[in-house]
Amino acid sequence: MQVPAYVEYERATSVDHALTLLARFGPEARILAGGHSLIPMMKLRLAQPETLVDINDLDDLSYLTVTDGELRIGAMTRHAQLLDSALAGEHFAILHDAERVIADPVVRLWGTVGGSLCQADPSEDLSAAFAALKAVMVIQNLEGSRTVPARDFHTGPYETVVAPGELLTQIRIPIVPGGGSAYEKVGRRAGDWPIGAAGAAIWLDGDTVARAGVGLTAVGAEHFCSAPAEDFLCGAPATPQTFARAGQIAAEHCRPVSDQRGPADYKRHLAGELTTRALLRALARVRAHAPAAAD
Amino acid sequence: MRITVNVNGTEYSRVIEPRLLLIHFIRDDLGLTGSHWGCDTSNCGACIVWLDEQPVKSCTVLAPMADGRRILTVEGLARGGRLDPVQQGFARCHGLQCGFCTPGMMLTARWLLDHNPDPTEAQIREAISGQLCRCTGYENIVRSVRWAADHEAAVSADTAGQAGGTRARPR
Repeated sequence: MQVPAYVEYERATSVDHALTLLARFGPEARILAGGHSLIPMMKLRLAQPETLVDINDLDDLSYLTVTDGELRIGAMTRHAQLLDSALAGEHFAILHDAERVIADPVVRLWGTVGGSLCQADPSEDLSAAFAALKAVMVIQNLEGSRTVPARDFHTGPYETVVAPGELLTQIRIPIVPGGGSAYEKVGRRAGDWPIGAAGAAIWLDGDTVARAGVGLTAVGAEHFCSAPAEDFLCGAPATPQTFARAGQIAAEHCRPVSDQRGPADYKRHLAGELTTRALLRALARVRAHAPAAAD
Repeated sequence: MRITVNVNGTEYSRVIEPRLLLIHFIRDDLGLTGSHWGCDTSNCGACIVWLDEQPVKSCTVLAPMADGRRILTVEGLARGGRLDPVQQGFARCHGLQCGFCTPGMMLTARWLLDHNPDPTEAQIREAISGQLCRCTGYENIVRSVRWAADHEAAVSADTAGQAGGTRARPR
């Protein structure tokens, strides 16, 4: 029987209230969002907070909007909401690809976007998707708020830049027209973490890649991305050969470890192959949405 | 701490430790043993209940999170003395063998049909993909849900006019 250690429980009624509670209870307090990562960790005693600040009542952190040329996602948005959001899918198909394979439908009703990011599991899917999209995280504290690029958000496995007394409130993704994105994951079964997964976002200038983002998870990629593969892609022709090479570069630069989900060399293979597939699918989406050439 | 929870239309108020898991609160504190405590790792779904309007794996929820909210367990599925169409489907289509996964399967099925009254087989399988039947009786579970979808109107009409249940139904 798995039971969490003794813990105090507080329910926040607003963002300010949550921040006040975090300040009052100090560094051993933890935010409780959907709880579907934190509570299992508490049951295993891998996490042992003294106080939980439950933010499930903060409906004002649950939204998807387009504001100032950005898709803005509230931190308490549930995975199921993101998956159901036509707005998110229209701009960033990668988010729907990823959400479709995160956990299972019942868990997706409760797990939150912000909670997943703050849990900072090294195999988390959205971390790779947001890295590919070069998203920006908004972190709030009692003094105000600050923004941090997705790629600087994680400081290590299960660690982020969110300090004690702070709350991740929003994820912002710049909307740049003419792009396409996709996510590819290989897992053992429904609800499991990926063995490996890759996300890609590309923007074209004619038949040349103008901008590119490559996100990786579960394969030991630094900052959940592959900057060398992105550098190679920018300015290169958008062809299967280019994407195959970008996959090879992504595979070379990650550091997967062998575990019960698979050996390191297989994960490295996945990193390359899934990067290539995600790029190909992203390209197909760019082409599908590109207006027909005027004549 | 004291929490007050509405379970199947009845208010319960209990003093608990905040670390108590919802499944243990329901089974041990309230004595409602229809919800099953299975894997303890949010993999199997035997403990699924509804929290407000949505199914949740109750081994992965702390009881205080349910304070002031509504819970629906398998004991609350039947209404007005009539089994829910999903329960009738499981009975008619042999949707259970040992019965351990059944309460969770039925509560997810009820939620699915409330949101998608005419699901395909693939959609039913997707809906229960986070749940395990150790008898591996998935074929009949899918048939049972499909039976409920096909007979929903007839069964509901049959129930209409009887003393309604207390369960809040979305939409």
